[in-house]
Amino acid sequence: MRAFELESVEAIDQAVSHRRVHDGEAFIAGGTTLLDLVKLDVMQPEKVVDVSRLPLKRIETLEDGRLKVGALVSNTELAKHEIVMRDYPVLSEALLSGASTGLRNMASTGGNVMQRTRCPYFRDPAMPCNKREPGTGCSAIEGINRNHAVLGTSEHCIATHPSDMCVGMVAAGATLVLEGPDGQREVAFEDYHLLPGDSPEREHDLKPGELITHVILDAPRSGGQHYLKLRDRASYEFALASCAAIVNLDGDNISEVRLALGGVATKPWRADAAEAVLKGQPATQENFEQAAEAAFNDAVAYSHNGFKITLGKQAIVRALRDATAAARG
Amino acid sequence: MTTETQKPQRVDGTLTSIGQKKPRIDGTLKLTGGADYAADRNLPNQTWGYPVSSTIAKGRLVALELDEALAMPGVLDIFHHDNFDKLSRSPNDFAAANKVGESRLPFEDNEIYYHGQYIALVVADTFEHARAAARKVRAQYEKSDDQLTDILALDSGQGDLPGEDVPGDASSRGDADSAFESASIQLDQRYSIAHENHSVMEMHASVAQWENDMLTVYESSQGVVFQRNALAKIFGIPQEKVTVISHFIGSGFGSKLFMWPHAVMTSVAARRLGRPVKTVVPRELEYLNTGYRPTSLQRVRLGADDSGKLLSIHHDGCNETSPAGLHDDTVSGATPSMYDCDNVAVTNRLVTVNKGAPTSMRAPGEASGAFALETALDELAVKLEMDPLELRKKNFAEKDPAADLPWSSNHLKECWDNAAQRFGWNKRNPTPGAMKDGDEIIGYGMATQSWEAMRQHCSARFGFRDDGTLLVACGTQDIGTGTYTIVAQTASEMTGVPIEMIDVRLGDSSLPSGPLSGGSFATATVLPAVSAAMKEALAELKTLATAEGGVFENVDQDSITLRDGRLVSGDNSIEIAELLRQNRIGLVDGEASTKPGDEQDQYSFRSFGAVFVEVRWDPGISRLRVARVCSTIDIGRAINPLTATNQVEGSIVMGMGMGLFEQIEYDAHGYPYNNSLADYVVPVNADMPQIEVELLDYPDYLRNEFGARGVGEVGLTGVAAAISNAVYNATGKRIRDMPISIEKLLAS
Repeated sequence: MRAFELESVEAIDQAVSHRRVHDGEAFIAGGTTLLDLVKLDVMQPEKVVDVSRLPLKRIETLEDGRLKVGALVSNTELAKHEIVMRDYPVLSEALLSGASTGLRNMASTGGNVMQRTRCPYFRDPAMPCNKREPGTGCSAIEGINRNHAVLGTSEHCIATHPSDMCVGMVAAGATLVLEGPDGQREVAFEDYHLLPGDSPEREHDLKPGELITHVILDAPRSGGQHYLKLRDRASYEFALASCAAIVNLDGDNISEVRLALGGVATKPWRADAAEAVLKGQPATQENFEQAAEAAFNDAVAYSHNGFKITLGKQAIVRALRDATAAARG
Repeated sequence: MTTETQKPQRVDGTLTSIGQKKPRIDGTLKLTGGADYAADRNLPNQTWGYPVSSTIAKGRLVALELDEALAMPGVLDIFHHDNFDKLSRSPNDFAAANKVGESRLPFEDNEIYYHGQYIALVVADTFEHARAAARKVRAQYEKSDDQLTDILALDSGQGDLPGEDVPGDASSRGDADSAFESASIQLDQRYSIAHENHSVMEMHASVAQWENDMLTVYESSQGVVFQRNALAKIFGIPQEKVTVISHFIGSGFGSKLFMWPHAVMTSVAARRLGRPVKTVVPRELEYLNTGYRPTSLQRVRLGADDSGKLLSIHHDGCNETSPAGLHDDTVSGATPSMYDCDNVAVTNRLVTVNKGAPTSMRAPGEASGAFALETALDELAVKLEMDPLELRKKNFAEKDPAADLPWSSNHLKECWDNAAQRFGWNKRNPTPGAMKDGDEIIGYGMATQSWEAMRQHCSARFGFRDDGTLLVACGTQDIGTGTYTIVAQTASEMTGVPIEMIDVRLGDSSLPSGPLSGGSFATATVLPAVSAAMKEALAELKTLATAEGGVFENVDQDSITLRDGRLVSGDNSIEIAELLRQNRIGLVDGEASTKPGDEQDQYSFRSFGAVFVEVRWDPGISRLRVARVCSTIDIGRAINPLTATNQVEGSIVMGMGMGLFEQIEYDAHGYPYNNSLADYVVPVNADMPQIEVELLDYPDYLRNEFGARGVGEVGLTGVAAAISNAVYNATGKRIRDMPISIEKLLAS
């Protein structure tokens, strides 16, 4: 048995002070990723800090209209929260399309942001993987890469970020609140996850000792919203391609649009090139298709995942269509 | 003990238990945790095994570094090639009931034949200690880079299939080559089905214990007698010294029919340590070394005249096999029996790959073969501009054309009509893409279903107890399909004793030898033996009753009947329990063995069905879903229509897996990519279509006195073809390679 030290903390400063040493320590909240990876021998924490009792379980509206979500709010609670369902349906839909009820009950908001890729080569310690063991090589590039990314890849890693929730948050707009030994700071949600580049082991902008305490969602955006997830089977599978769309109309023209993609990229992906195509233009199928083209302009296909470019475009077109329909009411 | 030779009397007329929908009698035990599955077993002083397996597909194990692992807490020993016991291979003979899944013994040599092959077994005082130490074992390999894991890559796409021909699998009638050449309508296509895994819910496990020189193994097994016999051969000890117990099984689908190496490793470890050892095969290894449905490649050539009459059928099959254990899936084996056609030729070939041994997986061979044949017929119907159902009806085989024997019972025509009518087949527009509903295009497809209705030899024991309960015992298994329940129903039907008072014992090789739970033959095999054993016991009861001073003294035994748990003659009757108490006897029991008779040579036995599928294809988002499945099945009599229907429903879901999702993939280095429940895609609840199953009820008394043929596999055959045919109707795309993945739909 791999023994590790377990410490439960009751207060945030206690939690972050316990994480002065970065390596060999891990926070645990719902445990739906960490326990899996420990059992697979992919992660070998020497110390696990249980943060599940921290007072980070509230959802509250701030004076400026933003919604502050505690990092320990479960995926189920967040998805089913009255305000989220009403003002951030794209986020609610994204959450409910992920995992299973049981997992969503356990999984926390902060943990979802931190979840690791599902690349099978990453999850098997016997295989080379630059993310797990820097410098060993990427098995997926020459191996089977059907589920891997076509956007944001590098020659060192092509693993997708698996989260649906994060895609919804990128579309809705959000800020992460991080608490560390040196105090609190905020990071724009879109800037938090990092591209693999030449250091795929660095997945996010979290400094040693820091803990995600909250996600603050931007004030609700008017207009129609939709999250569409495409996959082989109807449930319990990570996205092959997904799209979160928020569309605002001015008459028949698109006044504001936000698009985010999942399943096709190495991080929760803001499709700003596609947004630029659409802004001010009529909400037509033809324009949706042009936007979809733009979103995948820089896509790189590997031996098995070329279909994701087509599928991703289809996700964009359909999500835009349905979000537009919702905007029209 | 007798062996039945005479045709027994039909069990028909008004039935009170057989043919009734009965909930499983073991349901409460399962729901309350009372069912003792193999890995639930914990024995005093028990230890834990955890395997170490190869991380290369082909090569040689040069060295194992064990020092670090041996020094880990709780480690008792590590078994491997250099210190393993010298054993004999099982003869691996189905007829002798000692067939195994992997004929190679564990650690037999240092060659590596496949990724996942066991190279060591760590035994420790706890599961966690064993696993942690197993991860510290380091292996050095000489790796070969010429491994082969994908037979489809070998195919040229034309002419003969790859691999070695299996001469014994070839059969022909007429002159298929000439008939094909001269046929006005010709079809020549290739089909494939990806490597599928059983993905059983209950994990494979062995708990082995030696007491003196007696070995007991608790195993999740579909064949306790087979495993008992194989272990006896491997260890070179009499069968009487080995007991295999498998009281409950949480699904097997064929992967638990024949013993796998973990049971041998575990038994050796238990003997060497002098302590019980439990090994649960890790989930990711179950995908590699407990069998699978091998990838198959098939070529079907059909020749027909302009009216749709089949003039020729060629069906060539090829499946992968393993150096660790030969498996021939004989995918074209059933084709000669399927349709009326004078000129038929079938062959099968094998390709050896660097994977663990394939094995039977639900409807082995026939499910794969039916996919190719039934898809080819759909393609032929398109060429003929003919309704695919009409094409099949036109070629209905009134007798078995392969054996040239009459069918024992065949209601396929009614299956076709019944399912077509319930499905609404007449609303089908044959033009691809013509039926629409919003974003979705609707497609209809159908296929014929069939499975050989076999029967094996079997022994059983039947006892009457003085408390009024019955004891029925047979060394077969209930793999979750309801065998406990149908045995109880049968005993109840014959004696009038309520089901609640019947104690059914299965899953123990020390009981009278029963069949494998496989091939859909357990029902047809076991129930006649139960009946014969009951008659043996009844004869003894009659002797007791007619003895001097007995209640029926001087009564002709033939006039005594059994009713409601009582012996009855004229106006007199006595409760059997009372008879036993009067005679101070606790139990009267009989044992009997039964086997099929010469009906085997006079008739062909098959179950039939028809399956109709509606798919919905949303081309805007490349989403394909099965919306509706309608199947009508002819299995003779269903002893328990509740569990039988459940079998067919489950088969349909498995067919959806074959058609849409399931495939184990190996990468170019021979690395198995998706050997986990998370990454191997099977249908989930959200995928469930509307499923409507109807069982016809035509008892097949030529098969046995109960008219039952069994139901496990027939429902799976044809499902993937019906899906693929429906996909063509919706999309105009003919996907001949299963599963029908999104990328295949986008590419074609």
